[in-house]
Amino acid sequence: MTQPSIALEQVNDALRIAVSGEMVTQSLESVEKGFRALHPDAKRIVFDLSGLGSLDTGGAWLICDLARRASAAGATVTYENVTATQSALLETVAQNIAAEIPAEAPPRGFVPWLESLGRRTVGAGRDTASMLSFLGLTLHRLARTLVMPWRLRRAALVSQMEETGLKALPIVALMGFLIGVVLAFQGATQLKQFGAEIFVVELISISVLRELGVLLTAIIVAGRSGSAFTASIGSMKVQEEIDAMQTLGLDPIEVLVVPRVLALLIMLPILGFVADMAGLFGGALMSWIDLGVSPGMFVTRLKENTDVWHLAVGLIKAPFFAVVIAVIACWQAMQVKGSSQSVGQRTTSSVVQAIFMVIAIDALFSIFFSEVGV
Amino acid sequence: MDGAIQQQDTRGEAQREAVIRVRHLRNQFGPQVVHDDLNLDVWRGEVLGIVGGSGTGKSVLLRTIVGLNKPAAGSIEVLGVDVLNGPEADRRRIEKRWGVAFQDGALFSSLTVLQNVMAPLREHTGLSESLMRALGSLKISLVGLPQLSCGKFPSELSGGMRKRAALARALALDPEIVFLDEPTAGLDPIGAAAYDDLIGELQQALGLTVFMVTHDLDSLYAICDRVAVLAEKRVLVEGPIDEMTKVDHPWVQEYFTGPRARAAQQKGHDR
Repeated sequence: MTQPSIALEQVNDALRIAVSGEMVTQSLESVEKGFRALHPDAKRIVFDLSGLGSLDTGGAWLICDLARRASAAGATVTYENVTATQSALLETVAQNIAAEIPAEAPPRGFVPWLESLGRRTVGAGRDTASMLSFLGLTLHRLARTLVMPWRLRRAALVSQMEETGLKALPIVALMGFLIGVVLAFQGATQLKQFGAEIFVVELISISVLRELGVLLTAIIVAGRSGSAFTASIGSMKVQEEIDAMQTLGLDPIEVLVVPRVLALLIMLPILGFVADMAGLFGGALMSWIDLGVSPGMFVTRLKENTDVWHLAVGLIKAPFFAVVIAVIACWQAMQVKGSSQSVGQRTTSSVVQAIFMVIAIDALFSIFFSEVGV
Repeated sequence: MDGAIQQQDTRGEAQREAVIRVRHLRNQFGPQVVHDDLNLDVWRGEVLGIVGGSGTGKSVLLRTIVGLNKPAAGSIEVLGVDVLNGPEADRRRIEKRWGVAFQDGALFSSLTVLQNVMAPLREHTGLSESLMRALGSLKISLVGLPQLSCGKFPSELSGGMRKRAALARALALDPEIVFLDEPTAGLDPIGAAAYDDLIGELQQALGLTVFMVTHDLDSLYAICDRVAVLAEKRVLVEGPIDEMTKVDHPWVQEYFTGPRARAAQQKGHDR
């Protein structure tokens, strides 16, 4: 392919611009600067296209742009040795050439910043209101399902329970086990200094049962199922499936949200319980290996000194976490607009928000339980 | 009748250059055979319309030619390059010389219309940002979209505008061949006619070869130089549309002599 080139020649009062070579988009790189730096001030400009190989819209744009600028400066522009196809193409491009290409750079400065801050603040307020109304709507549908259980989509519920509960069991159990192991290991090194090794039982049981078991389970479920909820319902939103449901007289909340919320409501306490047990098992195993606390001693100590209330205090929180995770995930999914990118953004914020809310609620419960003294 | 068309097709073969040459193509999904021993030539500078009933593999043929679907057997040559078994570098070069506009646009949803059109330029050329923007906006203007739509996202456009934007992106690198999958499906009659005119004009101005899968009889009569009918797993007949009515095959007869076809034919002749 011959590289395109441009040659200037002054003939009397006219400037002859000879364009040659392949003026096609792929090879314009070499002449682009030459063309755009040219600001001819001659009265007459003649484009000589005799040496031109092929021409496409890219090449035509460079020629037309130069011709346009020259005419704007008061020159007359003519073409020589131009074929019919080339002239048709030049004309088409000249007709479509845009004088001003709309700029895309966002406005900068203090006032736009202030404006965007204001927008975001109002947006955050609206989001909160919208989420609360969504929570209300979901609770209403849940209550209605309790009164009219035949409206419940059982197949969807069971499949969600399998997806969010059964399939999460291995990871939750492993996590609980490792937490127990880590607590025993860390606790042991500290407690050994006082010769109070036996208190490792209380350390493990109380921290796992009251806090860590359920809290970490909720965090795993938020990452695992919350993201899945947002992504799947969000994709349905993009494909207009939600709109289709509404036109068919199906309530998206009843069909999509209620089974998911119920599934988490049922499965999260179970998963939390499994995590608790696995944590105790891991702790007991580590205490036995590291501190020589025999399993028998561990169990006796557990029975004597750890009230069953600790387990209850932990598990009471599970349904709250479940509702928070499911409602945030489904609400975020309903906020998806238009593009698939929006699904990704909403999935991310769904997980982040759910984890944050789970931890915040856990903190509130801690304060509440310590105030009431259990 | 069938033979007469075949004969006419081979007459001018000496002067015509086949930009796409499909030979003995076989496409199969599991036990279902879509194409069997399919042969097709597309000549430089023509607008070829591919028609056929639903499920005859029109889109599959398009996807196979552009390399999105691997056929079970056969060979495909585009611009002299074997796209199935040729070297990877040749394939890459060929991809810059064709443009594909998908049925629903398939625009990148996270980019604006202008950025969508600039994407191929950015990838395959070393032009400056401002020239790429200028060329992008030129293509957007060429397909008849207002400059205002440059900064819009695909989700903010109507279906017809998305199709135009997709065409602008397909034209970004000034390809020699443009593949269009159902370009006028879902457009209102006025919009569809305008789109037909647009393709006709661009084809004239840019010297394009257009490979068009369509169901739109109006498009066939308005802009297609030749029509290829897919049926019985192969190209049943090909030739100028006026000769299709003479083909002795029930489906072809029904398609090209039905009431809709007659109306479209009338309109095509009125133009």
